[in-house]
Amino acid sequence: MKKAAALVLAVLMSTLAVTVHAEETLNGAGATFPAPVYSAWAYEYNKVTGTKLNYQSIGSGGGIRQITERTVDFGASDAPLASEKLAKDNLLQFPAVIGGVVLVVNVPGIKAGELKLDSDAVCKIYLGEIKTWNDAKIKSMNPKASLPASDITVVHRSDGSGTTAIFTDYLSGICPAWKEKVGSGTAVSWPAGIGGKGNEGVANYVKQQSNSIGYVEFAYAKQNNMAYTLLKNAAGIFVAPSFASFEDAAATGDFDPKKDFYLWLNNAKGKKSWPIAGATFILLAKDKKDSNMKTVKFYDWAFKNGANKAKELIYVPLPKSLQDKIRTYWKANGIL
Amino acid sequence: MATSNKKNVLDLSFSLITAVASLSIIFIIVGIFWILVRESAPAIHKFGFIDFLISTEWNPVKELFGAAANISGTFMTTALALLFAVPTAIGIAIFVTEVAPNFLKGPVGIAIELLAAIPSIIYGMWGLFTLAPIMSRHIEPFLQKTLGKLPVLEVLFRGTPLGIDILTASVILAIMIIPFTASIARDSFNLTPAVVKESAYALGATQWEVVKNIVLPYSKLGVFGGIVLSLGRALGETMAVAFVLGNNHKIATSFLDAAATITVTLANEFTEADSDIYLSSLYYLALVLFVMSFIALAIAKLMLIRAERKYSR
Repeated sequence: MKKAAALVLAVLMSTLAVTVHAEETLNGAGATFPAPVYSAWAYEYNKVTGTKLNYQSIGSGGGIRQITERTVDFGASDAPLASEKLAKDNLLQFPAVIGGVVLVVNVPGIKAGELKLDSDAVCKIYLGEIKTWNDAKIKSMNPKASLPASDITVVHRSDGSGTTAIFTDYLSGICPAWKEKVGSGTAVSWPAGIGGKGNEGVANYVKQQSNSIGYVEFAYAKQNNMAYTLLKNAAGIFVAPSFASFEDAAATGDFDPKKDFYLWLNNAKGKKSWPIAGATFILLAKDKKDSNMKTVKFYDWAFKNGANKAKELIYVPLPKSLQDKIRTYWKANGIL
Repeated sequence: MATSNKKNVLDLSFSLITAVASLSIIFIIVGIFWILVRESAPAIHKFGFIDFLISTEWNPVKELFGAAANISGTFMTTALALLFAVPTAIGIAIFVTEVAPNFLKGPVGIAIELLAAIPSIIYGMWGLFTLAPIMSRHIEPFLQKTLGKLPVLEVLFRGTPLGIDILTASVILAIMIIPFTASIARDSFNLTPAVVKESAYALGATQWEVVKNIVLPYSKLGVFGGIVLSLGRALGETMAVAFVLGNNHKIATSFLDAAATITVTLANEFTEADSDIYLSSLYYLALVLFVMSFIALAIAKLMLIRAERKYSR
C-alpha cells in the first residue's frame, strides 16, 4: 500500500512539474508540410529564450478547428482562409514560410530540367486530354527532345494535402476547363491517373512507372534528385524551380495585409517567378492577447534568424519586404 | 471476525473493479456510436441514408459525398484477401500440427506469430516499395496473359498493371490475416483428442483421411472463429492498404483498378478535410463501417452459436 501511495504521489508531482513548466510552452497545431522547419526553429529558439514550442502536425483542417475552438496558441494551415471566415471566428492570419510544387517526370532519355511544359499542357495532361508524350503540343515546346509514343501515366496525391490545394489552384487559375470540371481543394475528384499516398508515394510511383508525371513538394524533388520539368510562367518565360524562382514569386506576389494576406502564390507575375507556389499560414485568436504575444515573438525571431535554417531544409524564407508587412499587421492588431 | 471482514471488503472491491471494467466496454461502444451519429448528423441530413449508400460520387470540391465506392472497395479487398488467406492458413495449421517433423513445428509456429506482430505500417511500406513493383512487372502481366485470356474472368484483369490496385492490397491483407487464422486453427487442431486420431490411424486411415475426417470436423468451430477474427481485421485494416490502393473513389470492375476502402479514405482525407460537410461525411463513412463490422461479426457469432448447439447435441 505504501508503495502504491508513493507511486501516486510521484505521478502527481510529475504532472505538477509539467504544469509549472507549461508557462514557458507555446502550443501550436496544424499543417504537416511546415512541421520540420517549425521544429528546427523551435529548437534554436528554445536555446536562446528557454521557450518551448509544442507543435502537433495534425493537418491543416485540424489546425483550423483547434484554433477556432481556442485549444492551442496558434493554428497552422497550408491554405489561406478568406477574411470573411477569419472575421467570423475572430482570427488573424499571416504567412510563415513559402513552399513550392514542382512537376517531376520519368520519361526515358529526359533528364532534370530538359522537358518544357506550359500551363495549358499541364492542364490537359491532368485532364487526361493529352494522352501520349509525343503529342503535338508537347513536341512543339520540345523540338529537340525525343519523346516516346507511350501513354502518359498521371500521378496525383491520394490523401488530402496542401500540396494538392496549391497545385489544383494553379490549374484552376490557368485553365477554365479544369476550374469548371474539377476545381481546387485539398482533395479533388481526379479525372485521370493514379493516386500515391504522400509525397513519398507520388515520388515512388513516378520512379517506378516509365512515362509518368507527378507533382511533389520542391524539397522532395530536390532531395531525391528527380527529373523536374521547366514551366512557362505568367510572364511567358520558361523557368526552373529554384530558391531564386520561388523567392521571386514570393516577392512579386501581392500579399495584402488588408485581406489578411489571403493569397495563393500561383502564377506570380515576375519574369523569374516559378508559377506553382504557396505560403503556409499561421492563425491566431484575436481574443487571446497573451498567447498571441508569445507566438508573434517566436515568428519574429524566426523571420530574423531562421532564414538559413529554412533553406537548409529546402523551405523558402519570406522576403524582407513581406516580413515588414507582417510586422506592421501585427502592430495594427495590437500585438508586438 | 476481523479477517473475514477484510476478506469481504477485498472480495467486494475485486468484483466492483471487474464490473466497472466490463461495463466501461459497453459504455465506450455506446459512446463511440453516439459520437459517430452526432458528428455525421449534418451529412445524414444532407445526403439521406439510402442515397448516401448508393451514391458513387465523392467530390470534396462540390461537396457531394456517397459511400458506394468505398463500400464496394472494402468488400472486394476483404473478400479477395479471405480467399487467399483462409486456404493458406488452414494449410499452414495442418502442416504445423499433423505433417511437420517436431524440429520444424517450433520455428514455423514462432514465424507465424512474428508475422502477426509486425506493425501494419511496415506492411504498407513493404507493399509500396517492394511488392507493388513486383506485382506490376511480373505477376500482373502474367495474370493478364493467362487468366486474362479466359472468356468471363477476362473482365477482372483489364487495365494497365500498375501494381497499385485491389489485387496488391488484397495480397498484403492476406499476408496480414494469415497469422490470425493459422494460429487459431492450429490451436483448435491441437485440441483434437489424440486418442481419436490414433484410433483412426489404427484403423488404417491415411494422414489425409485423418485430417479430413477427424481433425477438420472436430475443430470446425475454432477455425471459423479464426476466420471471423481475420474478417474483422481485414475490414478495419488501414495503413497497409492505404499505401497500395490508390484511394480512387470509383467502383472498381477489375482487380487491377485502384480503389478506396472506408478506412483508407478516412486515413487519407481526415487530416485535411476543410469543410464541415466534408468532415461530417467522413464521420458518416465511419458510422457505416461501424455498422457493417457490427453486422458481420453478429452474423458470424450467430453462426457460431448455431454450430455449437448442433455440435453439442
